Amino acid sequence: MQQPGRAAEIKANGIGKSFGSFRALDNLSLDIGRGEFLTLLGPSGSGKTTFLMILAGFVQPSEGKLFSDGVDITHRPAEQRAAGMVFQGYALFPHMSVEQNIAFPLKVRKKSASEIKQRVGEMVERVGLKGHEKKLPAQLSGGQQQRVALARALVFEPGVLLLDEPFSALDKSLRGQMQAEMKRLHQETGTTFVFVTHDQSEALALSSRVAIFNHGKLLQVGRPDEVYDRPANRFVAEFLGEINMLPVKGVKPADNGATGLCEDRAVNMRCKAEAIKGDAILAIRPEDMSIAAEASANQNGIAATAIASTYLGAATKLDLTTRQGAKVTVSVPNEVAASALSKGNSVWLTWPAEKGFLLPDGGQ
Amino acid sequence: MRGTLSDRMGAALLMAPLLLFLILAYAWPFLGVVKWSFTLPTPGLGQYHALLTDELVQSVFIRTLRIAAIVTVVSVTAAYAITVVWVRGSPVQRVLAEFCILVPFWISVLTRAFGWVALLSNRGLINTWLQSIGFISEPLTLVRNEFGVIVGMSHFLIPFAVFPLASAMRSLDERVLLAARGLGSSRMRTFWTVFVPMTRSGIIGSALITFVFSLGFFVTPAILGGGRSVMIAELIYLRIFQSPDWGLGAAISVVLVVFVGALMALLFRYVKPKQLV
Repeated sequence: MQQPGRAAEIKANGIGKSFGSFRALDNLSLDIGRGEFLTLLGPSGSGKTTFLMILAGFVQPSEGKLFSDGVDITHRPAEQRAAGMVFQGYALFPHMSVEQNIAFPLKVRKKSASEIKQRVGEMVERVGLKGHEKKLPAQLSGGQQQRVALARALVFEPGVLLLDEPFSALDKSLRGQMQAEMKRLHQETGTTFVFVTHDQSEALALSSRVAIFNHGKLLQVGRPDEVYDRPANRFVAEFLGEINMLPVKGVKPADNGATGLCEDRAVNMRCKAEAIKGDAILAIRPEDMSIAAEASANQNGIAATAIASTYLGAATKLDLTTRQGAKVTVSVPNEVAASALSKGNSVWLTWPAEKGFLLPDGGQ
Repeated sequence: MRGTLSDRMGAALLMAPLLLFLILAYAWPFLGVVKWSFTLPTPGLGQYHALLTDELVQSVFIRTLRIAAIVTVVSVTAAYAITVVWVRGSPVQRVLAEFCILVPFWISVLTRAFGWVALLSNRGLINTWLQSIGFISEPLTLVRNEFGVIVGMSHFLIPFAVFPLASAMRSLDERVLLAARGLGSSRMRTFWTVFVPMTRSGIIGSALITFVFSLGFFVTPAILGGGRSVMIAELIYLRIFQSPDWGLGAAISVVLVVFVGALMALLFRYVKPKQLV
C-alpha cells in the first residue's frame, strides 16, 4: 500500500497557545520522526488535545512554528495539510453510508471512480467491515464506527494520522482489540501516528515514544520504558503508574550511584544523584519491592507493618505503613501477602539497589 | 414518558382553557361551515361538483399552489442564509441576525404590506430611484401582480422559516465539520456535501411550515396583488361577502382545511414538534 518514505516528519518549534488569559500550551518543541507512533499523554486540560488540534490545523498557535518535512506549515489551513484525523466520538458523516464515508477524502481529491471503488474496497477489507458497506453509521456498533473512522482517515494515505482519544467510548475488551488493530495498521501503513490519550497503560502499550503533558507544558518525551523507569519528575512518575515515595536524608554520591538514610537505615541507590544533594525522595514502583522476614545485607530494606490487601488474581496488592508513617504499596505473590497480614507485626520491605530513582524533595 | 393519573389530570386541566377556546372559536364554527358546504343553496354535493368544474376556482387553486411553492423556495433559501449567520457567525453577526429575525415580528402584517406598496409601486421608491439614475425609462410593474405578492409573503414568512433551521443547525456536531475539513474538503464543499444534508430535517420542517402558512394568506395578497393575483383565501372572502355564494365559499374552505391538515400530518411524520421552535 504505502511506502514508509511517504510518512511525514514533523517539527514543532516553540509552539504556544493562549485562550484569553488561559495558557493552554507553553513553548513546546518536539520532533516527531517519520513513521513514529507518538502518544501525547496527560490529564484533561494539560494541552495535549490543543497540540493535536494545532497539528491538524484547526487551531492556530499564538506563537512558534510548525514544520512538516522541513516545510513551514504553521499557517497552512487544515484542508491543505492532508493529515488523517480520527476524532473522539468518531465524527462520521451521519447521512452517508460506510462506503461513502470512506470514499469522501478520495472524492475530495478528485480520484477516478474506479480508483475510489478499488481503494475503498481494500480499506473496507483491511478494517474488517466487509458486508457493512451500505449501512449508515447509526446502524453500526461503537467498534465498527471506530473502524470506519480509521478507514476514512487512512484511505487517502496521509503522511500523518492524528487520533484524539479514539477509544474513550469503547468498553475494555473492545479497547484491547482496537489497540491491537491500530498497532497492526501502523505497521502496515508505515504512517506517522500521533495519538492523544489520558490512559497511561494505553500509551505505554502502543507507542514508540510517549510525550507527557501537564498544565500546558511538555514534561518529558521518551520510549515507554524510559519514561516509566526514569521519569523526569514526580508528576511523570506518578502519572505513569502507582509509585511509592520514601524520603531519603543526606543523599551523597557514592561508587556507581548514591547513598543516603531512609528511615534511619543506610540505603544504596544505583541511580545518579548529581543534581540532588541532601534530602530527596526515593521513588520505587510497587512491583520492584518485596516482603522479607528479615533484613539482608545485599538489599535495601526498612521495617513496615501490613495493614490491608487487595486481591488482584495473579498477585496481591499489599498496603503497608513504615515505622515513620510513610504509606507504601507493594505487589507481591498471593501467599506472601496472606502471611504478611497474618503476622500483624513488622515485616521487612526490601528492594534492590538498581530499582527506584531519586527525585528532588518536594519537587514537582 | 408516562405520568401518573393525577399528573395527566393536571396537564389536562392546564390545557383545558386553550382547548375550550379552540373548540368554541374554531372547531364549532367550522362544523357550521362544513354544514353550509353541503346544504347551500340546496342540500347535496353540488358545491363540490362546481368546485371541480369551475375554471375560476381551479385557476385560483393553481395560482395559490404556485405562489406558495415559489414563496417557500424563496423564504427557506433566504432563511437558511440568515440562520447560518445567526447560529454560526461571530458574536456581532449573531446580534445583527437576531435583530433581523425578531424585528419583523413587532410590525403588523398590514403595515408591512403597505410598506411594500410604497417601495414597489409605479411611483414608489424603487421605480423613482431606478428612473433617476437612468437605468429604466418606464416604471417596472413590481406590485399589483404575482411578483409583489411573492415579495410581500416571503418577507413575512422568512422569520418563521428560521426557527426549524436554527434548531437543526444547533444540534449539529461541530466535529463532523472539522472532520470534513481535515479530510481535505474546502469550506464550500463541506457546506454543500456535509452541512446542508445534515440539516435536512430542518429544511423539510421549514419548507412545510412556510408552505402551509402561504396557502392561507389573505391580507398580503389582497393588498399587493391588487385584485389581479387572487389567492384562495381572498376567493373565499369574495364568495362569502361579495357574490354572495356561501355554499361555494364554504366548500373551498373545507377543501383548504383538509389539504392543510394533510400537510400538517406529513410535517409531523418527518419532524418532531420540538424541532420547530
